Amino acid sequence: MNQMSAVSSLALTGASKTSRKVAASVEFRNVTKRYGRVTAVDDVSFNIAPGQLVTLLGPSGCGKTTTLRMIAGLEMASEGQILIGDRDVTNLSAADRDVSMVFQSYALFPHMSVLENVAYGPSVQGVPKRDAQAMAMEKLSLVGLSGLEKRSPSELSGGQQQRVAVARALVLEPQVLLFDEPLSNLDAKLRRRVREDIRELQQSLNLTVAYVTHDQEEALAVSDRIIVMSNARIAQTGTPRELYEEPADLFVADFIGDANILEGILLDREGPNARVRIGGAILTLPHRNANAGPVKLAVRPDAIFLEEGPTPSGGITGTVKKASYLGTQIEYDLESPVGSLFVVQYGRKEPIPPGTAVSVSFAPQRGVALIPGA
Amino acid sequence: MSRATLGWIVLGWIGYAVLPWYGFDRAVAPTLSEFVIGRSGLVLGLKGAWWLLPILLPLLMLLRPALRPDGALLARWLTGAGILGLLLILIQGFSIGLNGWTLDGLKAFFGEPGPRQAGMGYGAALTAASFLILLCHGLAARGWCRGDTFVTSSIGVVVALIIVFVFFPVSTILASAFGDDRGNFAPSLFIAKFTDRSIWGLDCLTGDLRCGVAWNTLFLGILVAFGTTALGLAFALIATRTTFRFKKLLRVMSVLPIITPPFVIGLALILLFGRSGALSAILYEWFGIPRSRWIYGLPGVFISQLLAFTPIAFLVLIGVVQGISPTLEEASQTLRAKSWTTFVTVTLPLMRPGLANAFLLGFVESLADFGNPLVLGGNYEVLSTKIFFAVVGAQQDQGRAAVLSIILLGFTLGAFWLQHAWLGKKVYTTVTGKGDAGIPLPLPRRVALASYLTAIPWALFTIVIYAIILVGGFVRSMGRDYTPTLDHFLTAFRVERAEWGLYFSGSAWNSFFATVKVAALSAPLTAAIGLLTAYLLTRQRFSGQRAFEFGTLLSFAIPGTVVGVSYILAFNVPPIEITGTGFILVMCFVFRNMPVGVRSGIATLSQIDKSLDEASLTLGARSFTTMRRIVLPLLRPAIVASLVYSFVRAMTAVSAVIFLVTAEYNMATTYIVGRVEAGEFGLAIAYSTVLIVVMLLAIVAIQFAVGERRLGRRSATASTAPLAVQATP
Repeated sequence: MNQMSAVSSLALTGASKTSRKVAASVEFRNVTKRYGRVTAVDDVSFNIAPGQLVTLLGPSGCGKTTTLRMIAGLEMASEGQILIGDRDVTNLSAADRDVSMVFQSYALFPHMSVLENVAYGPSVQGVPKRDAQAMAMEKLSLVGLSGLEKRSPSELSGGQQQRVAVARALVLEPQVLLFDEPLSNLDAKLRRRVREDIRELQQSLNLTVAYVTHDQEEALAVSDRIIVMSNARIAQTGTPRELYEEPADLFVADFIGDANILEGILLDREGPNARVRIGGAILTLPHRNANAGPVKLAVRPDAIFLEEGPTPSGGITGTVKKASYLGTQIEYDLESPVGSLFVVQYGRKEPIPPGTAVSVSFAPQRGVALIPGA
Repeated sequence: MSRATLGWIVLGWIGYAVLPWYGFDRAVAPTLSEFVIGRSGLVLGLKGAWWLLPILLPLLMLLRPALRPDGALLARWLTGAGILGLLLILIQGFSIGLNGWTLDGLKAFFGEPGPRQAGMGYGAALTAASFLILLCHGLAARGWCRGDTFVTSSIGVVVALIIVFVFFPVSTILASAFGDDRGNFAPSLFIAKFTDRSIWGLDCLTGDLRCGVAWNTLFLGILVAFGTTALGLAFALIATRTTFRFKKLLRVMSVLPIITPPFVIGLALILLFGRSGALSAILYEWFGIPRSRWIYGLPGVFISQLLAFTPIAFLVLIGVVQGISPTLEEASQTLRAKSWTTFVTVTLPLMRPGLANAFLLGFVESLADFGNPLVLGGNYEVLSTKIFFAVVGAQQDQGRAAVLSIILLGFTLGAFWLQHAWLGKKVYTTVTGKGDAGIPLPLPRRVALASYLTAIPWALFTIVIYAIILVGGFVRSMGRDYTPTLDHFLTAFRVERAEWGLYFSGSAWNSFFATVKVAALSAPLTAAIGLLTAYLLTRQRFSGQRAFEFGTLLSFAIPGTVVGVSYILAFNVPPIEITGTGFILVMCFVFRNMPVGVRSGIATLSQIDKSLDEASLTLGARSFTTMRRIVLPLLRPAIVASLVYSFVRAMTAVSAVIFLVTAEYNMATTYIVGRVEAGEFGLAIAYSTVLIVVMLLAIVAIQFAVGERRLGRRSATASTAPLAVQATP
């Protein structure tokens, strides 16, 4: 009832921003989802603050889509509590939650026109047809599709279909908007533009958005915060920068950006920092509560410098196995005493030919991190 | 509490206190007062039918949630009242029959004969239905199926219908097979009947005597399965892999037998090869070959079943042949395999599941076929005809019919089990989501030649058969007197102008109207239940789903004769006494043809991206609205398919209905079979032609009424790709 009156009052006031509902928070409290014996989501708790875009990131089968579908009410939690805007919605069906979703396949109704698709939400809520269509037209102009409303979805390009799906999800002005891998059906160039559009829309309308993707670059680009999932559990939560620069474990280090996992020895701690020896080199890094002894480090490919010529004393010498020229960058595979290394070098240089001996050095400020507990 | 729940509570009371509890005594027309209150369960209960009074208790329990809909205990009251009500109705229904107590224990305890009652009527049905629905509402309120009353009620209704119209008759036939004439448990009698020499005897191997009917049936089934598979493959290869000029004709020929009543082909064979058949006459006059009765027996049944079931194999195999991705064959060719090697090592193995499918379908169809063996069988007896004669013949031995039915049922279920066990685990995915460009390999010469040599003579033969059917109705007597005449049509379909208007005096009108009425009633019911079941199976998750699926498909595996026998055994006595009514015919068709609706529904639904439903749900539409506005419009092809199929099957079926027809509800097919047995071939053929034309008209009308599904520009490819996909800009 509440929702219905909100919808119809909105229809009357038209585009005015004053009637907007406030964005709501989403909270999971120890939520578990089982399918028979398989546990798809295992004791997951998190909180999405109002107006934030939070990405659920992880490899396929990690439970991220199940988590998203539990927010939508398309799957019911086996255990735990789900709250949207401080209201317990654990047992509410999808139709009773104030949440909309943009599907991976867009799920546009193929037997309806673009306008009918977007007006579907209000019209099944009992809003008169004329008002429903007015609401739909407003959202269509918001996503820049005015003039295409008579077309059928199959007569639109992939990017346009995607925007119809967004308009349809926005039309009820939901408290929370969900995206399930929205860019996976677009080509690489379009992907970058659409993800920027989504981010812009989210910020200008101040929406709470949960966004599922398996593409770490996409996640880093659009998110306020990222929830990394692995094997049905949360591996780490944080801002993009925290995840990249301070990965909580080997999985996150490897999954967010590429990382060389090297072994080193923590010599001693000094205030917030620790001295770590890798091969012959000694680095000073934040200690992150690691104790003296053998430790593992995540070294980003661009935090390794290569120098042709003789190695200074105490340095590491490596041999180039393979060099790939990629335009803006050159990628090297290296053999060295500390293990094989993957190195990316930016800037215009002549590629170092394979077989050359090089001296290897690290730039700690560019992404070398101790991994606690590994 | 929702208004629907309240409505069903009211309906439950109406069924108990207003409508007549028992079925009508058709001899006396009831007066209005009798109809409305006088014979209701409540009044009868107070007048002495005390066993109806306990049902008042659950109805009173329902008043509690109706008066105080506070919600907290609503689910518990509804569930409790529903279960109690259904139990009470079942117990009183099954323990008290037409002749008093039905169970020996009750007889001994309360003394014979005890109270009597007739079969349930509208009132009982309505009350039972409302108990069932309220039980489902209660379960939904307890959180079953995500609390969706539409889903729980649909599951409840479908399950109840399947129990009543599939499991109940089948278990009755089992009970009847294991009992003696008076219904006592007699396993030794069963073993004696089961191992009878007339069923399993192998005398034909050693001497001139006949083999057991079970071996006859199996032998015929395997022969027909081989024949239809080989012919179907030849047709399918020609239709897909050659540049044969008359492919369109092949398509038409594949549809024709579907709308031909099954025994009509047997009839045409008699007119062609019988003692006075057209071809026999020519052979006698030109070459002096004596007329004989060779067509009656195994050859006739075999040929007629080949003609009737080859199109089914063709339809199965053409899908399989088309589904083989050309890239696989191209891959084989780029690896230097010659076209013959490619065909043998790649194409043929990929067709294996399709071939097995066609084989088993041919086998099962042959086993279940009743019309052709009846018309052409002669001394070659098969199980389906034997069952019929055990029931209607001089023996009147229902126990024997039940035993034979169990054997036949065992064969068909065994075939389905084999198919499932063998094919179920193998993966032969040849259609992938990636677009295959590529040109199918042209057939190797020897395969093409073999296909042409089998298919073309066969096609010509089929054309001759249909020419006979077409001509047969318009000449005086095939084979003897070719004078053109309309006599047959006039006898069957004469319409006279009388003082009070038109008078349908033709002898066929009665059965014709009954058939059209039953077919028109059962087609929409079949489609509705079938598609609803398909929706529940593909779009919902609930415990017991596998058992549910098995139950819905079971009736497909049961041969028509077995269904017929089981229906007369189960529904001839209270509590459900519906033999002789049109209703039993309708229900029989609904549950025999429902699996096709389920299958086509599942096939279409699995092509429709599930996220369409989910999108609708997240936009605030409930499952009923989603079904109405999203699922049904996209299901149009499946709706047409199941409407057409069930209508056509209801018009052409013989095997089950021949047990269930009465003078009032005679069906066209049984009438025609009667004419054939009386030797009036011309009339039979004429009537069959009319039926074929009516079915063609009905198919066109259904197509027109349901309409096409609109999918925008790319509708041509919509059947292969998930509907909600993209294209690059």
